[in-house]
Amino acid sequence: MEAALGLLRRMPPKQSETALSALLSLIPQHSSDLLSQVDLPLQVLRDIESGKDFILCEYNRDADSYRSPWSNKYLPPLEDALYPSSELRNLEVEANDIFAIYRDQYYEGGISSVYMWEDDNEGFVACFLIKKEDGSKSGHGRRGCLEEGAWDAIHVIQVGPEEEEMAQYCLTSTIMLSLTTDDESSGKFGLSGSIRRQMKMELAVADGHLCNMGRMIEELEGKLRNSLDQVYFGKTREMVCTLRPPAEIVQMRLPDT
Amino acid sequence: MTNVSLEVIDGDNFSLRQTFIIERLEAAMADEEDELPETELSYDQRKEIAKWFLLNAPAGEINYVAKDLKAVLSDEEVYNEAAMEAFPVYNKSHMICLEMPSRAGDVIVSSYSEITENEYLDPRTAQVAIVDHVKQICTKVRPANDEELPSLYIEEYRYALDAEIQRYVSESYPKGMCAVNCVKGKDTEGPGSDFELVVIITAMRLSPQNFCNGSWRSVWNIDFQDESQVLDIKGKLQVGAHYFEEGNVELDAKKDFQDSTIFQSADDCAMAIANIIRHHETEYLASLEVAYSKLPDNTFKDLRRKLPVTRTLFPWQNTLQFSLTREVEKELGLGK
Repeated sequence: MEAALGLLRRMPPKQSETALSALLSLIPQHSSDLLSQVDLPLQVLRDIESGKDFILCEYNRDADSYRSPWSNKYLPPLEDALYPSSELRNLEVEANDIFAIYRDQYYEGGISSVYMWEDDNEGFVACFLIKKEDGSKSGHGRRGCLEEGAWDAIHVIQVGPEEEEMAQYCLTSTIMLSLTTDDESSGKFGLSGSIRRQMKMELAVADGHLCNMGRMIEELEGKLRNSLDQVYFGKTREMVCTLRPPAEIVQMRLPDT
Repeated sequence: MTNVSLEVIDGDNFSLRQTFIIERLEAAMADEEDELPETELSYDQRKEIAKWFLLNAPAGEINYVAKDLKAVLSDEEVYNEAAMEAFPVYNKSHMICLEMPSRAGDVIVSSYSEITENEYLDPRTAQVAIVDHVKQICTKVRPANDEELPSLYIEEYRYALDAEIQRYVSESYPKGMCAVNCVKGKDTEGPGSDFELVVIITAMRLSPQNFCNGSWRSVWNIDFQDESQVLDIKGKLQVGAHYFEEGNVELDAKKDFQDSTIFQSADDCAMAIANIIRHHETEYLASLEVAYSKLPDNTFKDLRRKLPVTRTLFPWQNTLQFSLTREVEKELGLGK
């Protein structure tokens, strides 16, 4: 299983879906582990009843249907499907509303969804998802210039049972980022992949689950954004310059040799 | 092992997600037909999948991929056959450099220098290296025979170009390797026919301890056209980087080039070609720099701001009496 994850970390991020299906067919006995540990770019479905889009993931899936956080119904309709308890559903509704505002503040667009379900330990799990795409195609005469980006954020928080007015929150955040440009001067240029990190905190339940979870997500998302900035634009650029330093540096070196 | 340290999910989260999925699967299996693929994969299918993984390994990482693949397959026979078929393709496409015994230098394994699947010509030393693809080593060398080498006429051009390219590569690439091979018309005795030389430049930087690997590959096809007395030059550059500390990030950049120059003496051609290559590659690097400076300021920023417009963190509030949403909306001044 560890080897499978190792493979996934080395395959080109743009091929992660193919890599995952390949692994699922090679080691079907580990399907459940693989599906739960691997993040693929998020897909979206429209909930016609509420007129809003929602994000698809393993956490709102049952068989081949997905549950909309807006209407709480499965699309396509499914009998005997799994639903969160009504208490959790209320929290889920509020979470979706407030997360949509958070999303708007930081992303100025995009789609968000929150799913919650009870777990075995008398706690619950919440999954906060955001999908944002940006692209600009501008043609200046015959020269096409394309700049595209896609951001998928997956935050899964496991909330432990309340003990002495405190609860354990364990957050695992994954951000998948893809940036591509295709133009005359720099050809095809693509940066894609994902970064994942965890954060655990013990917080007072009195502050409200949504507040606690929200603050953690905001903090970790911010840290990951910085990390992405450093890795995507720092490390890879550094690697290119190491392979072939820009001309100025080369010229400076010549007198020494 | 780098593989182990990367996985951040701890036991709790792991089992949680596992339980969730198992519930789903059990529920699905309870009423309807089984969703899991029951048909077992054939030998050939498993071999093809194994090859796919090997071929898609990033530069310098095929051995790590091989190790994990063997564990997942747990079938030596399938792995070995897949490796025999995949390694040569991978090695040629990444143009790996293998050290020749007796300090003769390195030979670049590529489709341009291939004599047979296990034999590769090093035109600079007029030797043929016999290689073991799966082990990625050169087992021995032998002198090239006359049929494998270009004619004296061609060699004059090849040699001159090789010298210029070597100079360029040693100036511009800290750890670059290059070779010039004749891929067409190598038996041409004199003017009157076309021939084609290929320049390959490759550089790799492997730092697994820093969780980062990268590679640069340039391939320049020079078509010497006798009738028009023109050299038609086509170049393909490919740069890649792979970062895998907290995740999996890949840079994949490529560009095609086209240029031409006049057919002159061997030395003059060599200088002209090297200058053209130097010019395009330097310019490409500069435009990569531009791309690197544009992306964070444009597309990346447009995806997610560092902070909301309010320049403060999101006002999550403690409220048990009022609806959290209404409070927040009030604070942000959003009407409803």
